[in-house]
Amino acid sequence: MNPVVNESLARSFGLSAEEYGRVLAIMGRTPSFTELGVFSVMWSEHCSYKSSRVWLKQLPTKAPWVIHGPGENAGVVDIGDGLAAIFKMESHNHPSFIEPYQGAATGVGGILRDVFTMGARPIANLNALRFGRPENPRTKRVVDGVVRGIGGYGNCVGVPTVGGEINFHPAYDGNPLVNAMTVGIAAKDKIFLSAAAGIGNPVVYVGSKTGRDGIHGATMASTEFSADSEDKRPTVQVGDPFTEKLLIEACLELMATDAIVAIQDMGAAGLTSSAVEMAGKGNVGIELDLDQVPARETGMTAYEFMLSESQERMLMVLRPDREQLARDIFAKWDLDFSIIGRITDTGRIVVRHHGIVEADIPLAPLNDQAPLYTRPTVDTPKQEKLNPARIEDRYGLTAALEKLVGCPDLCSRAWVWDQYDSTVGGQTVKRPGAADAAVVKLEGLKRALALTTDCTPRYCLADPEVGGAQAVAEAWRNLTAVGARPLAITDNMNFGNPEKPEIMGQFAAAIRGMAAACEALDFPVVSGNVSLYNETEGKAILPTPAIGGLGVLDDAAQAVGLALPPWLDIVLVGATTGWLGQSIWLREIAGREDGAPPPVDLAVERANGDFVRTHILNGTIRACHDVSDGGVLVALAEMAMASGIGARMMAHPRDIPGHAFWFGEDQARYLVAVPDHVSFTRIAEAAGIPAMRLGTSGGQNLTLPDGGTISISTLRTAHERFFPSWMDGDNS
Amino acid sequence: MKAGIVIFPGINRERDMVIALEASFGVKPKMVWHKDTDVSGLDLIVIPGGFSFGDYLRCGAMAAQSPIMHAVKAHADRGGYILGVCNGFQILTEAGILPGALLRNASLRFLSMDCHLRVERADTVFTRQYQTGQTFRSVMAHGDGNYFADTATLDRLEGNNLVALRYATKAGDITPEVNLNGSAHSIAGILSPNLRVLGLMPHPEDLVDPMMGGADGKPLFDALAAA
Repeated sequence: MNPVVNESLARSFGLSAEEYGRVLAIMGRTPSFTELGVFSVMWSEHCSYKSSRVWLKQLPTKAPWVIHGPGENAGVVDIGDGLAAIFKMESHNHPSFIEPYQGAATGVGGILRDVFTMGARPIANLNALRFGRPENPRTKRVVDGVVRGIGGYGNCVGVPTVGGEINFHPAYDGNPLVNAMTVGIAAKDKIFLSAAAGIGNPVVYVGSKTGRDGIHGATMASTEFSADSEDKRPTVQVGDPFTEKLLIEACLELMATDAIVAIQDMGAAGLTSSAVEMAGKGNVGIELDLDQVPARETGMTAYEFMLSESQERMLMVLRPDREQLARDIFAKWDLDFSIIGRITDTGRIVVRHHGIVEADIPLAPLNDQAPLYTRPTVDTPKQEKLNPARIEDRYGLTAALEKLVGCPDLCSRAWVWDQYDSTVGGQTVKRPGAADAAVVKLEGLKRALALTTDCTPRYCLADPEVGGAQAVAEAWRNLTAVGARPLAITDNMNFGNPEKPEIMGQFAAAIRGMAAACEALDFPVVSGNVSLYNETEGKAILPTPAIGGLGVLDDAAQAVGLALPPWLDIVLVGATTGWLGQSIWLREIAGREDGAPPPVDLAVERANGDFVRTHILNGTIRACHDVSDGGVLVALAEMAMASGIGARMMAHPRDIPGHAFWFGEDQARYLVAVPDHVSFTRIAEAAGIPAMRLGTSGGQNLTLPDGGTISISTLRTAHERFFPSWMDGDNS
Repeated sequence: MKAGIVIFPGINRERDMVIALEASFGVKPKMVWHKDTDVSGLDLIVIPGGFSFGDYLRCGAMAAQSPIMHAVKAHADRGGYILGVCNGFQILTEAGILPGALLRNASLRFLSMDCHLRVERADTVFTRQYQTGQTFRSVMAHGDGNYFADTATLDRLEGNNLVALRYATKAGDITPEVNLNGSAHSIAGILSPNLRVLGLMPHPEDLVDPMMGGADGKPLFDALAAA
């Protein structure tokens, strides 16, 4: 039997005493067990954004090309040719720690559904992953499971995984981050929304059957971890990518007709959130008969049906005269199709099971009176700007370079990419590692999308406002570096416990920085996800506002990669001060993680980027790579390793110490390969853009101005060693 | 030659195959659903890659039992042309149209990367726009591409010169390092005795346009279109 509903039970469901009081006021009576379940998941941090909403409002969300911003299942932007790109990034952090394979796999499945539920065929997946120290034995298992899970799901559904990023840091030891992004394409006048309409219209359940998996997953994602989190394994769902593939094809087939009034996937909080959100957005009521829900297990209760997070399920409101047509399509794909309710005019959600009313809740207060907190914030103390002249270089350039290109944060990710199908669909112009952003062409058209994910968490920890701006700017820069016009971003805000003022301060500052960058770069936020309580045993992750950026190329043939061609001049665009604070060189070579992170001057960012893009599109720039982690020399080495072509570099300006010039991480910079540095730098100078010739490409070695030489093959050996030897080596 | 593509639920590289076939044939191939039973009018049946029925059983085992496979077998018996790529190759072996089996990759990991294939004979309808001994680049993307057959079968394949393609270095050398999935005899693709059925693991259909990194796979489809 169901337990007695009282404040103590409500607390164990994650509701505070005050929130439970609000439930009592709305209901005017003690809620039923099922009703309490509905309130607790709808008002969980994960579903209600109760700690973050006040801050998220500061983000710019509009531009002439934005069709739907935040609030729908995913963001929608106009990309030309009558088409829209639909995209979003979402976290599956907590499940991925408990059960890495299924956590990551269902993360991919969930974000795919957010996109195709709006009518888009998914054309690309990306991800942003953060793991603990490689020395931690647990990390290896998590990496292995997450990579297999992402591949296992994405490869099977046939959506290419084209890009992503990976960082390692002890702060993620007990709380890895798995952020998955999907991009889809739809005709811009055929976007499907979730607001229910049409009193009496049938509410239809399609997809997999419902089981007991994932009950209270949304609540789990709204608390800190403790050492006994392993016990929460049953709250992790199990993915079935084959059913997802069928669901994509069946939904797109049905979407080509006029049958669907509204549609939403069943994600976090399952049937509860999809029914509540669809009816709430449409200002109607909804009646559900749980006896009609296809069940995988016997004896499930109303509470279990409503809170199950079984995967690969969708809820639709259909035109009544199209019921048979829809039924036939789902029968063709061997998927369950069941009418489980009707749209009503009552403004209430009424749930029946075995003929008994198990829940009857007014929707308006459930949505409008959801908790909203302006939690206290404390600013992160500013760190001092480091003087590079006071930081000794005991390593020398070539030795430091060899170490840096092999360190876990900068080494080759080929071991990971090689497990993801990046070519299915036949439209992948720039695969992982070939360019700063992935480039995926639109079938049958010249147009292509450029896609990237970015964040530099160590900058965010040192200065969340600068770090937030830098994450947006780097995404913009990576799209620019392939020649794309950046259009919009999705954000995945991963932070610690918001009830701690210093964490909430990180969040608020990161939003400020992101908002400023979005504004300055005309790069609005169109969708996103917030993941809080990323703490284990009271220790928070690095603040990680992961950014997924989308840009467009009118002609895919104009995209440039980062592979260095031979016999070209290498020019650095953007000003260099030798900024070592929070750099990878400082951490890996000098053993320090301090100083202020490099400032982001958004006007300069824009000017430099617009200049670079113009000269990619006019054919002057033959290869381009933004300068980020590891600075100029690491960027150059990456270009050289990609093509196998070396370079001879010139002396750097004398007013900057060598290690600071070559490894500093000043922002808004690009390394470009051009046929004639004289005319290029002259044009740059006339435009007020700093540009400096650094050397010439050719040969099999990198020859540095301090007399050091390192061969491309030596660099590659160092670059490619870490992942295979760590993951597949015998030294486990 | 008129081409058709068989679609099983879970197949996911049919769009790539349509693009490749249309580029060479000039017309879109006919799409045939696995519950259909009729392939009349088709000269070439293509079974593309993917995860038919999720490959939750042995890869291709469920698809091999689909209604359409009776027609595919009859087509093979009539001497019709069949191309099976990746999951399509697995389905052909499960259906007994080609010998052997595709086991889990030796690395036990999914492999998604470029490979080079050495053309072992250029006198087939599939390979005649290549030269014998020539290599061409292809994409591979599979978890179960480790070709296995008993010794007698391998001897028969080799003795009758029915190995169409092997994993090789760019220069054409057969080495363990480039036989990433661990296939017996580095086999990437095999032919039926009448040379009219080709099954191969890599995806020539994903390299038919220089913009995607190369057009090394295009001669295979051009050759079919010209047949």
